Amino acid sequence: MQEYFIIIVSAILINNIVLSQFLGICPFLGVSKKLSASLGMGGAVSFVLVLSGALTWLVQTYLLAPYDIGYLQTLAFILIIASLVQFVEMVLRKYSPPLYKALGIYLPLITTNCAVLGVAIINIQKEYTLGKVLVHSLSHAAGFTLALLLMSGIRERLEDADIPESMQGTPIALVTAALMSMAFLGFSGLI
Amino acid sequence: MLVAVICLAGLGAVFGVILGVAAKKFAVEVDPRVEELIKAMPGANCGSCGHPGCAGFAEALVEQTASPNACAPGGASLYEKIAAILGTEVSGYQERQVAQILCQGGVGHSRLLFRYQGIRDCHAALSSFKGQKACNFGCVMQGSCSRACPFGAIQMGADGLPVVDYYLCTGCNRCVVECPQQILKLVGVSHLVNVRCVNTDKGKEAKGNCSVACIKCRICEKNCPEDAVHVVAAGEGSVALIDYEKCTNCGICAAKCPTRAIDKIPPLSEEVVIEAGETPAAGCPSCRACGAA
Repeated sequence: MQEYFIIIVSAILINNIVLSQFLGICPFLGVSKKLSASLGMGGAVSFVLVLSGALTWLVQTYLLAPYDIGYLQTLAFILIIASLVQFVEMVLRKYSPPLYKALGIYLPLITTNCAVLGVAIINIQKEYTLGKVLVHSLSHAAGFTLALLLMSGIRERLEDADIPESMQGTPIALVTAALMSMAFLGFSGLI
Repeated sequence: MLVAVICLAGLGAVFGVILGVAAKKFAVEVDPRVEELIKAMPGANCGSCGHPGCAGFAEALVEQTASPNACAPGGASLYEKIAAILGTEVSGYQERQVAQILCQGGVGHSRLLFRYQGIRDCHAALSSFKGQKACNFGCVMQGSCSRACPFGAIQMGADGLPVVDYYLCTGCNRCVVECPQQILKLVGVSHLVNVRCVNTDKGKEAKGNCSVACIKCRICEKNCPEDAVHVVAAGEGSVALIDYEKCTNCGICAAKCPTRAIDKIPPLSEEVVIEAGETPAAGCPSCRACGAA
């Protein structure tokens, strides 16, 4: 039980996928202008992250490891993630058009989100069991959503701030991201 | 080597088959007319029709929950295209409307009580002592309308007042909704004479605060040959107002008005120049009509 707790806390706060491991920066900067949009993106990524985490673990354990072709890991995982995203998109479009519309372009963009591939590879590196893989993926998804929500909350307030012209837009967003990342360093002594 | 090739090819084949089957099984039928309609739309995604972007409007049209008249940027030409695609009659088309700014009290005309240096937003500026101008009715000069315009049709002039480019304005109503003073109004392009003051204070007070205010002298009323302009009761006072149904654009009132609060603009064209807004990489474009994105 304690092991799972450590995995959860470490994935969300200490090794936050965005702010400590610097994966998934693209959506972190691109979709963090509005709170509602970042929530949608967080949800979509969480969904794909957990599913792909489980699926990549299965492929690694029952296909790549037995035949000793671990060097194909990246290729195989990207194939799995891309297919999964396509599949999810089709199912959503058929059975939940409102959700499909709300997620919009974010859904296919998850294919190229390196956080998804990153978590899948970390799962394998740490030699987790399937149960731990699910918990670990879910925690990282929560960490990603948390970082996105914090960022969008700050950026919504930045809209009203009096920022020097040369710093407006992306520069101030990057400075903000750096400060947030430094703040998350404070969690490193937690466990 | 062989194992690797077989494994990867097998994996690819399996996913290919799954996706292929899924594509057939989960296929969503799309009305071909929707695609046609989207192509015919201006593509600015301004949201003036009340639907989330042009695609949303196209779907609503096919489901017959939207009026083909609703697209302000598309105008008459789009109306005909929609009618052709949907096979309905062309009737009841309204003329193009543009935003008119009913205030001329810029810097130099309107008396300022203090210098506002807060957030550049009209709503924020109004919340501090009802704005920097002595006149409490006119433009607050912080440019909220200009930023709300998805077509770049409103620029802030040198005197601090917004200037509408009538060729770019599509009558989408976004600035009208944004303006906290409600001094922006959609007016048909055939109407060229407007009373550009909404100050309902008494003449002396209005004139003291702004040199181009309506002073309720009724000279316009007396000189109008069509009985189209009247000083009507509004708010706690009164202000001149033109009845566009009766106005013939003769411009006599504009010439006679002692404070030049009424003006006549050169004739406007029915055509509008549309440049589709820059679509952000993620999600819905500029409009925010759906509340998301």
